[in-house]
Amino acid sequence: MVTYIIRRLIGALLMLVIVSMVTFSIFFVVPRMAGATSEDFANRYLGKAATAEMAAVAAEKLGFNDPVPVQYGRWIKGVFAGAEYDTGASVEQCPAPCFGYSFVKRQPVWPELIDRIPVTLSLAIGASVIWLLGGVATGVLSALKRGSFFDRAAMSVALAGVSLPIFFTGIVSLVVFSYGMGITAPGGAYTPFEENPAEWAYNLLLPWITLAFLYAASYARLTRAGMLETMGEDYIRTARAKGLPESTVITKHGLRAALTPIVTIFGLDLGLLLGGAVLTETTFSLKGIGDYAVQAIMTNDLPKIMGVTMVAALFVVMASLIVDLLYAVVDPRVRLG
Amino acid sequence: MTAPLDAPGKAAEAEPEAVVAGVSGKAIQGRSLGQIAWLRLKRDKVALAGAGVVVFLILVAVFAPLIVGWFGHPPNEFHQEMIDPSTMTPKGGSGISGEFLFGVEPLNGRDLFSRVVYGARISLLIAFLATVLSVVIGTVMGVMAGYFGGWVDTVISRLMDVFLAFPLLVFAIALVGVLGQFEQELGVKGDTLRIMLLIFVIGFFNWPYIGRIIRGQTLSLREREFVDAARSLGARGPYILFREILPNLIAPILVYATLLIPTNVLFEAALSFLGVGIQAPTATWGGMLAQAVKFYTVPHFMFFPGMAIFITVLAFNLFGDGLRDALDPKSSR
Repeated sequence: MVTYIIRRLIGALLMLVIVSMVTFSIFFVVPRMAGATSEDFANRYLGKAATAEMAAVAAEKLGFNDPVPVQYGRWIKGVFAGAEYDTGASVEQCPAPCFGYSFVKRQPVWPELIDRIPVTLSLAIGASVIWLLGGVATGVLSALKRGSFFDRAAMSVALAGVSLPIFFTGIVSLVVFSYGMGITAPGGAYTPFEENPAEWAYNLLLPWITLAFLYAASYARLTRAGMLETMGEDYIRTARAKGLPESTVITKHGLRAALTPIVTIFGLDLGLLLGGAVLTETTFSLKGIGDYAVQAIMTNDLPKIMGVTMVAALFVVMASLIVDLLYAVVDPRVRLG
Repeated sequence: MTAPLDAPGKAAEAEPEAVVAGVSGKAIQGRSLGQIAWLRLKRDKVALAGAGVVVFLILVAVFAPLIVGWFGHPPNEFHQEMIDPSTMTPKGGSGISGEFLFGVEPLNGRDLFSRVVYGARISLLIAFLATVLSVVIGTVMGVMAGYFGGWVDTVISRLMDVFLAFPLLVFAIALVGVLGQFEQELGVKGDTLRIMLLIFVIGFFNWPYIGRIIRGQTLSLREREFVDAARSLGARGPYILFREILPNLIAPILVYATLLIPTNVLFEAALSFLGVGIQAPTATWGGMLAQAVKFYTVPHFMFFPGMAIFITVLAFNLFGDGLRDALDPKSSR
């Protein structure tokens, strides 16, 4: 078990290194292949008013003329030890963990990201509870009553659900439930949980349901397929032959095996959401990490884009690591195999 | 969802092998795998309906200028006379009439019908070409990983894991944002640049989904008897790869390509919705929805582009599901 955990940790670490390298390359190597110069990079830190000399000085001082690996190393060092950005015109401090410094807003990226994590976290966790319960329950019932009216209805709704973009369902539900009937919050508001749990839930209710509907649809389809496959296995027949009550057969023998792939997908999905539920946050004007990413793109703020992408990748890798470790606890084949 | 394969049909297909040659009765008909799949697909009404809608959408996209010429107005033409100047919304609520089939947009009165029709062009073009890119990369990587095994497999499989672990959407918007600024350096600009970028980004990030499936299929095909037979007859690597394995991969490639298209339609719509896709004034479904948010009192404005996305994605999903059931009846997803 210990060896497995260590092996998996090393794997996750390697994954982070690769992901960060690729991310870094996209922002600092790809533009160069397209012909951008060091001065072009420096200009984006200085703003439009900078002169050519200022850009040349800043490019040298900020190290854009160094080889790419050196620049990458400096960026990584900043994450652990903090960094100092000297443009020639001014010196900016960026304490650890420094995920970049936004010269557009004149502040480090990390504190801003930290502020936004509770929003995204609340959104993702609330929605995931709803979709896991709803999606898996629907899928199991559909599989057990295959061909019934419930099955057909549920699967039709699920197929529609996976075919609808969240920014469409989100807007429609906002118009109907918030602006029209006035029973849910109009979006844009977030109350921290520790301040007022009721208001926190009220503000997030509609985003939760809209987001959960989308995922519940695909989870219901996956669970149904998994259950149909498992319930046809020989060991299910054996369990029935032993005289076990049907409920035990379904939950202990059927569901358990059918849920294994769902857990894997859940880990990835949750990680992706924590790294920014971009569309949901944009649709409901929630100031989370995804919204931060979009704002960074819109304002053309390279260090911000870079920082948020890295943090998002961090979440995905962490989530899949946690899922893998949980797996190893539940399923002995994983750690032995 | 899809009509189950009835047992008699299956038995009938098995007949040619089972029936002793020379026994009188109905003439024995040899059927190729493709014919069998086609027979199955023909029985699947839902999938056929999906296919019908898909064909219709493709025709709409291809003949968009003609259709708009007959039933609409140029997509970027302003119709200020249709707008109530005090509210900036269409006169009479939506402006739907014989002349403006889907009504007009608020603010400048552009013909919504024409814009939805032209939106189909962008959406399908990007979704198709991005799918082709994913399929090409995914098939090459998947076949290499599955066929050669060993360290090749390890490297490619890990690479696919890395790709799947990427925060796809954040990454895509970042990449489109970064690359979009290098118009002069890349030598193309405007819509052409954006379309190329979107095809590249969407196609490039989705290949592992195809790659994983192809790798699995290749792994199992490699161990099949007919491959052993070819090998024992002296066939070498390239022959086995191209003549024995690849033809058997066409079915899964076709199925998963069909199922990847709707994902890519949604992806493109999402990027355009976020404002990093195709830029205004070119009509895209996602871009129209982003505008519609600001005019939520005019529901028809969000309804038509939203339904266009929904119908397109649903039709491809139905068709893809049916195709999978027809080509690979064992899969029970």
